Amino acid sequence: MKAEISGPTPVGANIEKSPSAFSIMWREVVRDRLALGSLIILGILLAIVYGVSLFLDQEEIVKVDFLSIYSPPSAEHWLGTDYGGRDVFGQLIIGARNSFTIGLAITLITGLIGLTIGLIAGYFGGWIDNVIMRVIDFILVLPFLMLVIVFVAIVPKYNVLTFILIMSAFLWTGKARLIRAKTLAERELDYVSASKTLGTPDWKIIIFQILPNLSSIIIVNLTLNLAGNIGIESGLTYLGFGLPESTPSLGTLVSYATNPDVLQNKWWVWLPASLLILVMMLCINFIGQALKRAADARQRLG
Amino acid sequence: MLKFILRRILIMIPQLFLLSVLIFLLAKAMPGDALTGQLAANPKMDPKTLAEMKEKLGLNDPVHIQYIRWVKNMLHGDLGLSYTHQQPVTDLLAGRIGNTVLLSAAILILTYLIAIPLGIVSGRWTDTWADKLIIGYSYIGFATPLFIFALIMLFIFGFHLGWFPTGGSVDVQVEEGTLAYYLSKLNHLMLPALSGALINTVITIQYLRSEIVDTKVKDFVKTARAKGVPERHIYWRHILRNSFLPIAAFLGYEITGLIGGSVFLESIYSYPGLGQLFLQSIMQRDYSVVTALVMISGLATLVGTLLSDIILSAVDPRIRIE
Repeated sequence: MKAEISGPTPVGANIEKSPSAFSIMWREVVRDRLALGSLIILGILLAIVYGVSLFLDQEEIVKVDFLSIYSPPSAEHWLGTDYGGRDVFGQLIIGARNSFTIGLAITLITGLIGLTIGLIAGYFGGWIDNVIMRVIDFILVLPFLMLVIVFVAIVPKYNVLTFILIMSAFLWTGKARLIRAKTLAERELDYVSASKTLGTPDWKIIIFQILPNLSSIIIVNLTLNLAGNIGIESGLTYLGFGLPESTPSLGTLVSYATNPDVLQNKWWVWLPASLLILVMMLCINFIGQALKRAADARQRLG
Repeated sequence: MLKFILRRILIMIPQLFLLSVLIFLLAKAMPGDALTGQLAANPKMDPKTLAEMKEKLGLNDPVHIQYIRWVKNMLHGDLGLSYTHQQPVTDLLAGRIGNTVLLSAAILILTYLIAIPLGIVSGRWTDTWADKLIIGYSYIGFATPLFIFALIMLFIFGFHLGWFPTGGSVDVQVEEGTLAYYLSKLNHLMLPALSGALINTVITIQYLRSEIVDTKVKDFVKTARAKGVPERHIYWRHILRNSFLPIAAFLGYEITGLIGGSVFLESIYSYPGLGQLFLQSIMQRDYSVVTALVMISGLATLVGTLLSDIILSAVDPRIRIE
């Protein structure tokens, strides 16, 4: 920023604006070769997954064909077939689409809940904050994985939507705590006091003044959480308590490896899905790390 | 300090109560009750006797009375009867808990054995190739899901190279109590424990590194250096002493992760512990076992967090709650 020392700056003069949070983030990702590479790979992967899945029929893919059980990769089946003679490549594409979409849905829902509750607790403080924090502390000490599995097992009419809701019920707490801590620091700053003195309603201060200042932290947190959520979802599906069978996920393909024969001799069934999960999570994490540096001025590359 | 500990324990009481209510309600929502197990053993039971037993067991009482009785039984160590195994849940757990504790302890020990040297190297010699390598490892380890890593480890070292056994906790042939028995146990433990530790350790490495990087530019380190304290002593006596205590205190927080991890690791390496029992029981709808396991895990997490909070506040008085 250029500081004009001589005299007050005339209104409308050409002052260099400080760059927006988004342009800083973009610059950081582009400067970091690893993050840029990850962004490109992830972009290509998602384009292929969502593009190809448009031409694939989920019904057709999950149909059993006993004539071609466990056939190794060939021209007809690029990645071979599984124990039901189903095409692994098709399942991989559909599974990746489902895993990513559901991971994203959980991230957005928990983000929205965490943001709302964190902002309220942090901004108003007092007994509201106290009650909310006790609830969060309680949820955080619960054995998350086991309870999710129990819920999945006993919920009647279990489907994708209930899965997303069960996961979200547990996973909003970390975000709410983070947002609350940041809001708590933010509300002590002068611009908030000034707005309050001017009589700006609380909801306007929260949405139009505090929220934009938290945007970079929120984006970093959501990005890293997206990777985590894809991991948790595929892990639960691997155990048999994730997505229902009618919606295959990447974890479904990996779970065929519970059969030692498949794990040992039929790598084409489970290895591609495992590597795809790994690549997706690595890419998202590398992008997230670059964004994290962008959010902290001391760590930026330039 | 004593006041803080008391306060902290007081906070735990409502949490414990809520946890037990939640699990009791979940148990009520699960299909089947205490009689299902006996009914399975003796399917020709007369409906009249069944109704009588139901009355006797108090299954017709109001919910809050049932809850109080449930808690009372639990405090007396009575966790009900397993429906598939036809034995008290307490006995069933007693036979399994040793393996899970062993696995978790091995993971923790390996975690620190890996994290401490790597963290120190990385924090002391920043921006060297060793540091870059360690950071690279910690990024990859952070992003890798445990179950995928464990599967790939099993595939490579268990099946492909055949270095380690691929399942179980001990060979069946060896006699209990002999040296061969313990060696076989250790051999079965290595692969699951390493898989868990190599993933678990990265957070500790990152923490230790940033802690060292922050501390080594502080004034008291400069003073020590100016006094002519040898570099080795500066690291061991001045910098690391400050970083080790919090790491040791995090032990209690690790319990949540270890419980979750044991479910995956025990299922992948068919290691007969509580995590595997949990998955089997929920698939066989053996709900009294499931309830007991969730309650125990919740309790372990609560106690772990309590211990960590107390140790941390003893180490660092700034974080005491008022």
